[in-house]
Amino acid sequence: MRSWHGRVWRRVASIVLLLVVGVSLSANWLAPEGYARQYREAASAPPSRQHWLGTDEIGRDRLARVLYGTRISLLLAPAAALLSTLMAALIGGLAGYLGGAWARVAMAVTDLFLSLPWLFLLITVRAMMPLNVSPMISVLVTFLLLGLLGWTTASRVLCATAGSLRNADFVQQARASGVPDARLFWVHVVPNLKPVLYAQFWISIPAFILSEANLGILGLGVTEPTPSWGSLLRELEGVISIGEEPWKFVPLVLLVIVVTSFQLVLSDQEQVAA
Amino acid sequence: MRPPEKVGRMKFVKAVALSIFVASLAAFAAAQSGGELRFCLRSEPKTFDPLKVEDDASVAIRYLTGGVLVRMNRQTQVLEPELAQSWKVSKDGKQITFKLRSGISFSDGTPFSAEDVAYTVQQLMDPNLHSPTGDAFRSGPGNVETKIISPTQISITFPAPVAGLDRQFDQVAILSAHSPKKEMAVLGPFMVADYQPGSTVLLKRNPNYWKRDAQGRQLPYLDSIRLDIQPNRDVELLRFKRGEIDLINSLDSEYFDKLGAASPQLVHDAGPSLDSEQMWFDQVSKAPIASYKKTWFRSPAFRRAISQAINRDDLSRIVFRGHAQPAIGPVSSANKFWFNAKLKPQTYSPDSALKALQSEGFRLENGTLKDKDGNAVEFSLITNAGNKYRERMAAMIQDDLQKIGVRVNVVTLDFPSLIERMTQTFDYEAILLGLTNVGLDPNEQMNVWLSSSENHQWNPQEKAPETAWEAEIDQLMRAQASSADPRKRKEAFDQVQEIVVEQAPFIYLVNRNALSAVAASVHGASPVILAPQTYWNIESLSVH
Repeated sequence: MRSWHGRVWRRVASIVLLLVVGVSLSANWLAPEGYARQYREAASAPPSRQHWLGTDEIGRDRLARVLYGTRISLLLAPAAALLSTLMAALIGGLAGYLGGAWARVAMAVTDLFLSLPWLFLLITVRAMMPLNVSPMISVLVTFLLLGLLGWTTASRVLCATAGSLRNADFVQQARASGVPDARLFWVHVVPNLKPVLYAQFWISIPAFILSEANLGILGLGVTEPTPSWGSLLRELEGVISIGEEPWKFVPLVLLVIVVTSFQLVLSDQEQVAA
Repeated sequence: MRPPEKVGRMKFVKAVALSIFVASLAAFAAAQSGGELRFCLRSEPKTFDPLKVEDDASVAIRYLTGGVLVRMNRQTQVLEPELAQSWKVSKDGKQITFKLRSGISFSDGTPFSAEDVAYTVQQLMDPNLHSPTGDAFRSGPGNVETKIISPTQISITFPAPVAGLDRQFDQVAILSAHSPKKEMAVLGPFMVADYQPGSTVLLKRNPNYWKRDAQGRQLPYLDSIRLDIQPNRDVELLRFKRGEIDLINSLDSEYFDKLGAASPQLVHDAGPSLDSEQMWFDQVSKAPIASYKKTWFRSPAFRRAISQAINRDDLSRIVFRGHAQPAIGPVSSANKFWFNAKLKPQTYSPDSALKALQSEGFRLENGTLKDKDGNAVEFSLITNAGNKYRERMAAMIQDDLQKIGVRVNVVTLDFPSLIERMTQTFDYEAILLGLTNVGLDPNEQMNVWLSSSENHQWNPQEKAPETAWEAEIDQLMRAQASSADPRKRKEAFDQVQEIVVEQAPFIYLVNRNALSAVAASVHGASPVILAPQTYWNIESLSVH
């Protein structure tokens, strides 16, 4: 049974997420000069009427960069989450349903992927990419990589769930009635995986946001001049920055709010899955 | 019985005499007990053997402990006598004769003589030792001969001329031929007393150090130096702010400003250093890039136009917060002797750059620059990930070049991947990196300028010079290296600088300033641009 205050928090979280997405989508209107314009005479400026959150080290409006960066991180993280969840459903779900050697092989591959140091793997894959790509392509590729490499944990969960469904009474009965395997999988198993898939999807979004932020902090995420939360968080590098320029913390605060909101919404999904 | 006023006067005189005595005693004690200096090494020293030194931490320890025949004064950039009272280089640049000081002992008491110099040179040139310091002396095939003329006189003959021969001895710490302590017996102001791997190196004053100050007091003033091994610069800065260390040898501009805002007397900007930031295009003929791009990159007019379209003043002012100077050429103006003062700074002019490109057949269409075949001018600029200054420079260059219709895709790569592309696969279009110069002499740049060299970055290891100007640089560099006449060498290297500026194989951007911090408790510090910036005059420093 869900408590009333839980429901309130989830509603608040949903509203916050919608608000953040809405504001970031209106970046073109709120910051018409764009995120790349360099106001070189006002580099590293504190907040002012012209630049509400000041400017970064090379004079770019920080508010514009936060808005556009939020849009990129918030739109592409769900896309990467969708990709990884679909891959997990295909690999884990099918392996669990088929069972036996299929499941063992699929899980061995999953374990192999899980044992890889993902950060180094991302750095290596990123280094092997063609160099001459536009910033927007680099954004897409970064999140595509995250999606392609992030399916493993979800795959294990889905394999276990599909494995239990395979022996469920209603599946046994359908099989005894002569329903073909493909139809059995799509019509009887996949619909029952949906709650788990939803939960995995929601879990992956904040994970990918944080992964991109990690890559950005290492300077390996989205390329200049395109902003993302990762590149914005790099402004907080070095303990000397802490406390002296609090407006630099806005991207971090936003990240915490969004990830927390996702977690609150997610708890609802987990209960649905349960 | 003395009258009371006389007694009072006597007491007063005694009190004054006592005060003078106490003050003298305190001054003497202060001069003799110079305290402990503490600063950080940014990595573990790899060796205490001065001939095997390669890394910065070991170089620092060699500077503090090693006794050298001659020392380049880091402030005046002039060579000064140390263990050698005088020296003479032969006209052909192959032989150097040193007259040594007498009555000097190593830290363990072993006497110093010409035998030690001969032993050090033999060790230095031993091919089995692979001494990086020795590489600078390997001018040609054949053996190095040492001749001990007397216990205080020695001549060393090399098989071929060594350019700047006397200056090279600044790096050679003399070893003892007879001491059982080998490299731990030193002639420098300090000796290694304790080493805790991963933690500290403790240096103590060398009791047998030969130098005295103008008042006849034995140097150095300091009792000891504690070197904490601390790779993290943030922690180093915090420790400096807390008073736990006394020096920061090299600060970045952001930290310099923050520290300077709170305590301006602690930070020192010694002006432009020898270090440069530069970009270059891939001109390797077998590089896996489009042929039309190779044509652009191999065109001096294209390179010069790109150079002209970059606003170096803004790079210095914004990225380095004013603690850098727009670079003029391959040698920083800080290099007093070798800098070619005839060279003029590159003026920023996107309009002139565009005109120059148009005269080469490029045209601007809807804000995009296209070559005569209609290819849009676009290239990737790689720099190493995690270096915020280079990333900011790259973003500003991207913005500058956008104004002449050139699209730059900035790519940050981890350092090993970048080096692999730069030196193995040549799979890149342009690179933005820095060059750290530790020496003043052009000979130390031979590996960059000779077309056959591995470090000839824009087109390494050419079998024969691929352009006439590279052939000319080869010839001039060899000419200066084989001459012992400083004037002729300077003339040749001036020409090299002019060719490099004219042909722009490297587009020099800025020379960073030498920034450092010294605690108020350190006396005698006078930071300079040459390493070691803050403690080059270590013998004269004291901590109170």
